[in-house]
Amino acid sequence: MIRMPEPDGAVLARRSEIVAALRTIVPGEGVIDSERERRAFDCDGLTAYRQLPMVVVLPETTAEVAAVLRYCRANAVKVVPRGAGTSLSGGALPLEDGVLLGLGKFKRILEVDVANRCAVVQPGVTNLGITHAVQAEGLYYAPDPSSQIACTIGGNVAENSGGVHCLKYGLTTNNVIGVELVTMDGDVIRVGGKHFDAGGYDLLGVLVGSEGMLGVVTEVTVRLLPTPPGARALLIGFPSVEGAGECVAAVIAAGIIPGGMEIMDKLAIDAAEAFVQAGYPMDAEGLLIVELDGCAAEVDHLIAAVETIAVEHGATSCRASRSEDERLLFWAGRKAAFPAVGRISPDYYCMDGTIPRKAIGRVLKRMKTMEERYGLRCANVFHAGDGNLHPLILYDANKPGELQRAEDFGADILRLCVEVGGVLTGEHGVGVEKRDLMDTMFNEVDLNQQQRLKCAFDSESLLNPGKVFPQLCRCAELGRMHVNAGKLRFPDLPRF
Amino acid sequence: MTIYRPSDEKQLSEIVARAAAERQPLEVVSGGSKRGLGRPVKAEHVLDVSQIAGVVNYEPAELVLTARPATPLAAIKAELAAKRQMLAFEPPDWRALMGSNAEPTLGGALACNLAGPRRVRAGAARDVFLGFSAVNGAGEIWKAGGKVVKNVTGYDMMKLLAGSFGTLSVLTEVTLRVAPRPETETTILLHGLADEVALRTMAKALNTPFEVSSVAHLPPAAARRSQVAEIAGGLGAVTGARLEGPAPSVAWRAEAVERLVGRGARLDAAASARFWEEAGEVHRLLPPDGRVLWRLCPAPSFAAAIVDAVRRRLASTEALFDWGGGLVWCSLDGGEAGPDAGAAIVRAAMKPAGGHATLVVAPEATRERSAVFEPAEGPLGELTARIKAGFDPFGVLNPGRMREGS
Ligand SMILES: Cc1cc2nc3c(=O)[nH]c(=O)nc-3n(C[C@H](O)[C@H](O)[C@H](O)COP(=O)(O)OP(=O)(O)OC[C@H]3O[C@@H](n4cnc5c(N)ncnc54)[C@H](O)[C@@H]3O)c2cc1C
Repeated sequence: MIRMPEPDGAVLARRSEIVAALRTIVPGEGVIDSERERRAFDCDGLTAYRQLPMVVVLPETTAEVAAVLRYCRANAVKVVPRGAGTSLSGGALPLEDGVLLGLGKFKRILEVDVANRCAVVQPGVTNLGITHAVQAEGLYYAPDPSSQIACTIGGNVAENSGGVHCLKYGLTTNNVIGVELVTMDGDVIRVGGKHFDAGGYDLLGVLVGSEGMLGVVTEVTVRLLPTPPGARALLIGFPSVEGAGECVAAVIAAGIIPGGMEIMDKLAIDAAEAFVQAGYPMDAEGLLIVELDGCAAEVDHLIAAVETIAVEHGATSCRASRSEDERLLFWAGRKAAFPAVGRISPDYYCMDGTIPRKAIGRVLKRMKTMEERYGLRCANVFHAGDGNLHPLILYDANKPGELQRAEDFGADILRLCVEVGGVLTGEHGVGVEKRDLMDTMFNEVDLNQQQRLKCAFDSESLLNPGKVFPQLCRCAELGRMHVNAGKLRFPDLPRF
Repeated sequence: MTIYRPSDEKQLSEIVARAAAERQPLEVVSGGSKRGLGRPVKAEHVLDVSQIAGVVNYEPAELVLTARPATPLAAIKAELAAKRQMLAFEPPDWRALMGSNAEPTLGGALACNLAGPRRVRAGAARDVFLGFSAVNGAGEIWKAGGKVVKNVTGYDMMKLLAGSFGTLSVLTEVTLRVAPRPETETTILLHGLADEVALRTMAKALNTPFEVSSVAHLPPAAARRSQVAEIAGGLGAVTGARLEGPAPSVAWRAEAVERLVGRGARLDAAASARFWEEAGEVHRLLPPDGRVLWRLCPAPSFAAAIVDAVRRRLASTEALFDWGGGLVWCSLDGGEAGPDAGAAIVRAAMKPAGGHATLVVAPEATRERSAVFEPAEGPLGELTARIKAGFDPFGVLNPGRMREGS
C-alpha cells in the first residue's frame, strides 16, 4: 500500500476552529462535519484506499472557493478537490488533515455558443450532461470516458480523460479551450476562452491533466463538435489477440483513423457476452470492434476497406452493423466490460498503461506468465487504436494477501509497459496509485522540474499533496537551483 | 559575441550550465527562420542548436515520429510523405513573411506553436507534441511525456514548451504524433461575401457534420493577390471551405456542404493544396512593404467587428480571416499605425472578444518598445514570471523574447 504524508498534528488539533471558520465562508449544509456524512467522501474509484477527510466543504460560487482557499493557505490547511469521485487512481483520495473541496454544486450550463462551437459550463456538470445540453443544436462534446454518466468535466480536466473515441477526436486536452481557475493563494485566473491557443505560456495545456494539484477549476469552456451523421461498427473475431493487434496496425498503416478501435481478450469476451448478450463470436480469442463514423459514403467505403484488411489478417468472423440498434449492441459488451468482469470476480483492479502497439504480443505473453506467478487471472480490454491497455486483475479482497498480490501484479504490468517503450498511464492519471512508480519513467531531475511548475502555482504544497510525486514538493529547496559548473565536461569550450 | 554550436545534448547542457554560472544570457537559434518573431532577445551570445538534427525514429504504424529539433521541416515532411503521412497541424512556412531565408525546423515549429489552416480540425503543434528531452536554464537535461500517442503520466509539459519561444528550456529531442495524409481534397469557393456574412457562412460550414477541415475568407484585395487563378480572377472576396478524405466521401460531403452554404466553384486537389499553403504562409495575400502585421486570435464570431473597429481608427487596415474567424491577420500601414504599431487600437478592439494579439511583423525598435505578445497582468503575470523562474532561474534562455525583463 502507498503511504500518504503524515498528518499535521497542529492542524488536527485546531479542527473545530477550522470548521467554524469554514462555516463563515460557506453557509449551512455546505460544510459537512459529522463523521457519518463525511464517510460518503472517504474514497474515489480506487476503493482499496480510504481516508476520512477532516472536513468536507461544498461551495457554490467561485468567490466561496477563493475564500476557502485563501483561508486554507493562510492557515496551512491542505485541500483536496473532488468532482464525482470516479478517479481510478486515487486522485481524489482525502487527507486526514485536509479539507475535501467538493465541486458537486457547480452544476450549471452557463452558455451554449453555437456560432463559436463551444459551451461554458461549471465543473460539476457531468461529461454526458454537456452533450445532453447541446445535442438539440446538432453538437456534442467528444471525449467519452466510460464513466461519462457520472464523472464531472472538472474531474475530466484534472485527469485529461479519454474515451473510446479519442484516437480520432482527442483527449480532454484537445477539446477544452478555457478554464477559470482559483489558485491556492485564492487568486481567480482566467486561462483560455473561446479562442484558439494561448497568447503567452499555454497554462491551459498544463492545467489539463494536472490532477487537481495546480488549482481548483471553477468554470470550463469546452469545444463542441457537430454530431457525426452516422456510424457503423465492425465486430471482428481473431484466433489470437496478437492477430487482432496486427489488424489494428494494418488499418492505421492504410491511412484509416476509425472513430474507435477496441480489442477484448477471451476472458473479457466471455464475461461481457454472459452479461449483455451482445452476440460476440465465442470462438474468438481476440475480438476487435472498429467503428467508422461520418457520412454514409465515407463509412461504407471504409467499412469495406477494413473488412478486406481484417480478412487478410486472418479474421475468423467479421460482421458489420446494419442498424443503429445493432451498432449499440456491439458496443454494449465493451462498454459493460468492467461491470461484466465485476460479476465473475468479487473484486477487480483496473490498470491503464499505454504501449507501442507493436509490442502488444510480447506484453500479452508476459502478462500470461505473470498470471501464473501471482496466481490471479487478468482480463484485457484495450483501446487498441492508441495502445492504451486496461488489464483487469481479478482478486478477492477478503482473501488475505490477495489485494497486495493484485497491486504487485499491476505494478509489474506497468513496469513492463515502460520497459517496452510505453508509459504508466494513458488516461486514468497517476494519483496515489502509480505515484511510487514514477521513477520507472522519470529521474530525479525530471521530477524536480515538474515540481518546480507545481511550486509556481502552490508554493506551500497545500493543494492535493501526496499525489503524483513520490516525494513531497520541497519548493524552497527546489527554488535554489544550483549550476553544476564544477563538473563541466568540455573544458575546451570557449569561455564566456 | 560568441556563437556556441554544440554537437549533442551533453555539450549543449554544458554550455547552458556555464552560461548560467556566469549569468551570460543566450539567444537560442535553431534554423533561425523565425528569429524576427517576438521581442528582440537581450543576449550577447548565440546558442546555435542547428547540429542537434536528424530523425531518430519513425514508426508509421504507431503514428509516432521522434526527431532532434533542428531537423528541417522539409526533410520531415518528405519522410512522412513517402509513407503517405503528414504533420496534421500543417506548420506554415513563414520565411517570406519574416523576410528570412533560413531553414525552418521542427523545433522552431514547436517552440512557436505553429498551426496552419487545418487548425480548426487537427489542432496546433501543441496538440501533437507527445514528449521531449530538453535542457533547462540551469543546464540540466530533463524529459517529459513519452513516445506513445496517449499518455497522462505527469504534467503535460509539452503544452507548456509549445509556444514558449525557447524561454523555458532548449529542446534536444522531440516526439510527435503524425497522421495519415488524406487521399484527396477539394475546396468550395463562395464569391463576393461581405466579411460579416462570410463569418456566419464559415460558422455554418464548421457546424455541419461534414468534417470541413479549413475555412478562410479573403476580402477582395487579398483575393486579388492569390496565385490561384480561380481565386484571383473571381468577383472580389472569396470564402473557401476545404474537405479532405477518401474521394467518394469528399465528393459527397462537398455536395452536402454546398446545399447548406450555397453553390460555389470547386478547386481540384492540386489547386486546393496550393491555396491552403498560401493561406498558411499568408504573406503573398497581404500588402507588401512598409506594413506592420498583427496576428489576432479572438472568439471567431467577433472577427469582423474587430477588424471594423481597427479600421475605423486606421484606414489602412487590411485583413484576412482564417480558422473560421479564429485567426485574423491584420495588416496596417506602419506610418499610420504609429510608434506602437497600432497596439493600443488593436488590443482595445480585441477586448470585447477576448483572445490574444501578437505583433508578428514590425521593425525591431517597435518590437522592443511594445508588448509583442498578449500582456499578462495581475496574478496571471506573477504566475507567468514564477514559471519562467522555475525553468530558467538565472534568466539565460532568450531573455526578453516574450516579455520585458524575462
Ligand atoms: C467505471 C469507470 C469507468 C471509467 N472509464 C474511464 C475512461 O474510459 N476513460 C478515462 O479517461 N477515465 C475513466 N474513468 C476514470 C474517471 O472517471 C475519470 O478520471 C474522471 O475524469 C474523473 O472525474 P470525477 O469527476 O469523478 O473526478 P474525481 O474522481 O472526483 O477527481 C479526479 C481528480 O480530479 C481532481 N478534481 C476534480 N474536480 C476538480 C476541479 N474542479 N478542479 C481541480 N481539480 C479537480 C481531483 O482532485 C482528483 O485529482 C472511469 C472510472 C470508472 C469508475
